[in-house]
Amino acid sequence: MLKQIEGSKAVAETISACTPQVICAYPISPQTHIVEALDEYVREGALTGCEFINVESEFSAMSVAIGSSAAGSRVYTATASQGLLFMVEPVYNASGLGLPIVMTVANRAIGSPINIWNDQSDAMSQRDSGWIQLYAQDNQSAADLHILAFRLAEELSLPVMVCMDGFILTHAMEEIDVASKEDVAKFLPPFVPRQSLDVNDPVSIGAMVGPEAFTEVKYLGHFKQIKALEVIPELSKEFMKIFGRSAGGEHDFNGLLTEYLIDDAEIILVALGSILGTIKDVVDQEREKGIKVGVMGITSFRPFPSDEVRKRLKHGQKIVVVERAFAPGIGGIVSSNIRTALSGIEIDIRTVVAGLGGRPVTTNTIKDIIEKALYGALPEFSFSDLNVELVEREVERNLLTRRSGPMAENLLKDLGGAK
Amino acid sequence: MFQIRIHGRGGQGVVTAAELLSVAAFLDGKHSQAFPSFGSERTGAPVVSFCRISDQKIRLREPIQEPDAILIQDPTLLHSVDVFAGAKHDGVLLINTKKTFDQLGIEDFVKGKSASKNLIVPATELAMKFIGRPLPNAALLGGLSAATGVVKIESVLNAIEERFPAKIAKANQDAAQSSYEFVINELEEISNVKTN
Repeated sequence: MLKQIEGSKAVAETISACTPQVICAYPISPQTHIVEALDEYVREGALTGCEFINVESEFSAMSVAIGSSAAGSRVYTATASQGLLFMVEPVYNASGLGLPIVMTVANRAIGSPINIWNDQSDAMSQRDSGWIQLYAQDNQSAADLHILAFRLAEELSLPVMVCMDGFILTHAMEEIDVASKEDVAKFLPPFVPRQSLDVNDPVSIGAMVGPEAFTEVKYLGHFKQIKALEVIPELSKEFMKIFGRSAGGEHDFNGLLTEYLIDDAEIILVALGSILGTIKDVVDQEREKGIKVGVMGITSFRPFPSDEVRKRLKHGQKIVVVERAFAPGIGGIVSSNIRTALSGIEIDIRTVVAGLGGRPVTTNTIKDIIEKALYGALPEFSFSDLNVELVEREVERNLLTRRSGPMAENLLKDLGGAK
Repeated sequence: MFQIRIHGRGGQGVVTAAELLSVAAFLDGKHSQAFPSFGSERTGAPVVSFCRISDQKIRLREPIQEPDAILIQDPTLLHSVDVFAGAKHDGVLLINTKKTFDQLGIEDFVKGKSASKNLIVPATELAMKFIGRPLPNAALLGGLSAATGVVKIESVLNAIEERFPAKIAKANQDAAQSSYEFVINELEEISNVKTN
């Protein structure tokens, strides 16, 4: 039903329609509204056949998720930022064991410096954890991708993270068509685990594996990821038939990617998540001026749709990857994946880091990036809206004084003094 | 697209106001998006919330920088926060106060601007009268409906009804209706002054 609803609430209602049997979570902003709502549904009886387990940390949240999933339950949890980092060890175990847990990551920056605002450093830090990672461009796709995630997870027996930009999506209220339990049931059959702990048919899960088979177990994890590149487009088609829209949202290509006006584009911006909306608005404005620009969104970042990217991006185009996270000491994360996908093709790829720690990515930010790309003024790797003067003052302080003091505090003092 | 920015303090229902407004616009059959400024959501701290209303689907995700309307729930913010940042010359300003612009010390800001677009409404008084608590948010939305016509007053009342338990909803609806009428009267007076 179409309603005006907060993103978190829409996700919670959608999860409820997916009939999880265990939800375990530890609250952390900006994910809290989702699990608070789910707790309420379980407590008030709107969601039956489900146990909500309050745990004392994210490490426990993922551990309980693993235990419950191994016992044959459909399991959901949600986290963000430091919470995701705190559960990293069991995050890797969940994928290594092949347990189809679905988790929302309400994307938020990672400290230090402590920061509660949005960027995608948290999910990006887990890009090699063996989990499938789907990124939502808006709240409709955030809700819908969870339905796809459960089906995908259970089909492949692999855990799936649905990443949605914290606050920007989780706390935004907009019109969302929330899937009904009846429609979800048409798409998502009851969970039949590939493996489960059963007293009547005892098995052990979690063997120690030495050099004789470790590579093969790990290879199979990779194999399942690659298999997902076929399964996601198939499931997307099926999703479209039942719900009349793409799980990946507007301008979805095949569930793996979204694309908007890229065919004749001279400049193509590539991005993940909620900035795609703002970019599309700017693309429309630039097109009116006759500038041939388009945008590609990556919905499935893991597995990475290398073949599709290679087919869609062409020699002669200028590619600008706008990233909400980066890899210190080398540069872009998404762009290095794009480069791998395009190896052998001569193509101009630039990386711009934008929107770190909640800095707004505005229409002007995007316009500025396009303008620079157009005139060849974008370096290979750069930060948009960087306060160069602020950085230079700290660099100078470091040169002049041995005990230059704490960096973050110095910068805040400089900003305060500048007022 | 019509963009509204709401300024108030934590605990005054600033975020709820933007959300109610978006629901009212949705009930009007329009597309809308409400979102808070994120961060220190402590009681008493300055808080900003935003609402976009459009006939087209909204894709934009930036904070509202050039609002068509500015709603000020707490006039004590006037001189401590840059509430007028990005204000348009012909934009709407609605302040929750009993005072005049001169008394508020913002005569320079409203100078040369249309009187019918720079308005006041004593929303806290109306809230005290009908709700018994100084929660001016719902009342202000009635005023905004009158000042801009961007949402119908009926939709504001329905959005309030959807959100709150019956008794609280009724009190907030009365405050919003009363604030709507206050601003309608204010606009009539301004128009009479003009014709005279």
